Amino acid sequence: MDYLDFEAPIRELDEQIAKAHALQAESGVDMKDSLVELEAKLAEAQAELKASLSPWQRVQLSRHTGRPYTMAYIEAMTGGEFIEMHGDRHVKDDKAMVGGWGAIEGESFLFIGQQKGVNTKMRQLRNFGMANPEGYRKALRLMKQAEKFGRPIVTLIDTPGAFPGLEAEERGQGEAIARNILEMARLKVPVICIIIGEGASGGALGIGVGDRVMMLENTWYSVISPESCSSILWRSWDFKETAAEALKLTANDMLKNGLIDGIIEEPAGGAHRDPEGMFQTLSAEILRMYRELKDLPSDQLVAERIEKFCGMGVYEESAS
Amino acid sequence: MSTDWFHRQEAGITTPTQEKKETPDGLWHGCPKCKVIVSAEDHVNNVWVCGNCGFHNGIDAKEYFSFLFDGGNYTELNPTMVSKDPLQFEDTKKYSDRLKATQVKTGLQDALTSATGEMNGIPVAIAAMNFKFIGGSMGSVVGEKIARTIDYSLKHNIPFIMISKSGGARMMEAAFSLMQMAKTSAKLALLDEAKIPYISLLTDPTTGGVTASYAMLGDINIAEPGALIGFAGPRVVKETIGKDLPDGFQTSEFVKEHGFLDFIVERKHLKARMSQWLRFVGNLPAPVKAE
Repeated sequence: MDYLDFEAPIRELDEQIAKAHALQAESGVDMKDSLVELEAKLAEAQAELKASLSPWQRVQLSRHTGRPYTMAYIEAMTGGEFIEMHGDRHVKDDKAMVGGWGAIEGESFLFIGQQKGVNTKMRQLRNFGMANPEGYRKALRLMKQAEKFGRPIVTLIDTPGAFPGLEAEERGQGEAIARNILEMARLKVPVICIIIGEGASGGALGIGVGDRVMMLENTWYSVISPESCSSILWRSWDFKETAAEALKLTANDMLKNGLIDGIIEEPAGGAHRDPEGMFQTLSAEILRMYRELKDLPSDQLVAERIEKFCGMGVYEESAS
Repeated sequence: MSTDWFHRQEAGITTPTQEKKETPDGLWHGCPKCKVIVSAEDHVNNVWVCGNCGFHNGIDAKEYFSFLFDGGNYTELNPTMVSKDPLQFEDTKKYSDRLKATQVKTGLQDALTSATGEMNGIPVAIAAMNFKFIGGSMGSVVGEKIARTIDYSLKHNIPFIMISKSGGARMMEAAFSLMQMAKTSAKLALLDEAKIPYISLLTDPTTGGVTASYAMLGDINIAEPGALIGFAGPRVVKETIGKDLPDGFQTSEFVKEHGFLDFIVERKHLKARMSQWLRFVGNLPAPVKAE
């Protein structure tokens, strides 16, 4: 397990706990009492860290190398019965965007999400979770399939952005994202969107228009990454912490500003500390939201979805 | 060795200061591309396009309205709407101060002006962006004014025309800015359901979140010649691929060749071509006298 610099106190306790376990196994000494004490200390350290996390530290947690990615969620939540569907039917199969069918507790869902790679080779194959236009078009094709068969859609968002490459421009990255946003606004089935890692800009929103838009506790969602914001507004890469503060990109700020519908709590210390626990929480949350949405008439579902997004924005007018 | 060649023998500028003629501002226009100079009046009459090389100078909403609406007559929609500063954003400057300074400097309220009137006798609603207002960036006011212009089109059952000119999202409004992409696209879904025509005109430059929302969603997407159109900016693409970009990358002509524009139109033909398309899709009779 990799540790971030601010996870140092947790690392220390992890090591002490591991040592205690090793000692117990090796020498048969009963370490129960000190283990209980250490576990309590760990819980306390995690609670302390959680209370003091800065926006930039949340961004770092959202990118933690131990954090589960989209396919891990889908496979765990669907009990390994996931059928992945490939291709946009025009250009190719984008490996940075995955999609397919699965069921949670007997209810089938169409899953969509950006996929990051788990090692160097896979990161390249998955293009670091940065989809090309064909990825967005595959996502739309599958979402229209879900609509055709009257089944709900779950999107798992984890991307540092849509890919800014030459071919992406040639094949209409802007048009692909725009089309998805428009079409998602009027899908006649429930759409549940969850930011599970990074929610960067149009690349995230391209699969992010839903009846419920939720953020996991240690994720971020904004119009730009703190690093790029720093480079553009401060003309230097050194202001990423300040930019992270200014952008109000944490789940708490996004909820406070009415731009998302809710926050899903992560296991103590973050999703990377207990992926299994995270999968269970998310399964339960998806089912809960689906039950709220499934009996709504599709006209109402679409009207409320459009109304929700149309209400976002802060401005004032003087009487004239 | 003589160094006479080094010393000026005659005074360089021989016109005495008191005889210097000042060129009054605003009387002449020099083309930034071919440098040919024309009178400001001719420049306006030529819809801000160079008569020599065809360069389309960037213009803002009011200039478009002056020649698109019949007789330059139109009614502005929601003229008093201004941005607030929901995030109390501060970079090298406070966003609230930046807004006030830009309003004073430009005489504009924000980066979008919308209006309704007749175009060759066809009632239309037009929303057009003002690049000189913080790079035409899309914040809450831009999104809301587009949404309301679409509402106006829906209510009066008249075509909607969007003139884009923007660097993309307004970072100082962060996720509020991002959600304007969803807001405007959702409204366009309603316009589409109502089968009301939507023309999207892309002008120089149209990039970022504007390209990735309303600018690419027209029943027809059209552009002025030579405009920069893209999702990622050319500098970012260059950094990503690590080599120089091909000539003409992300120009109107490039975007049309790749299938994302219906046609490219010179500004002087813009009004006629847009009205013509509207007449065809609406099967309207040809006007008695087209402008």
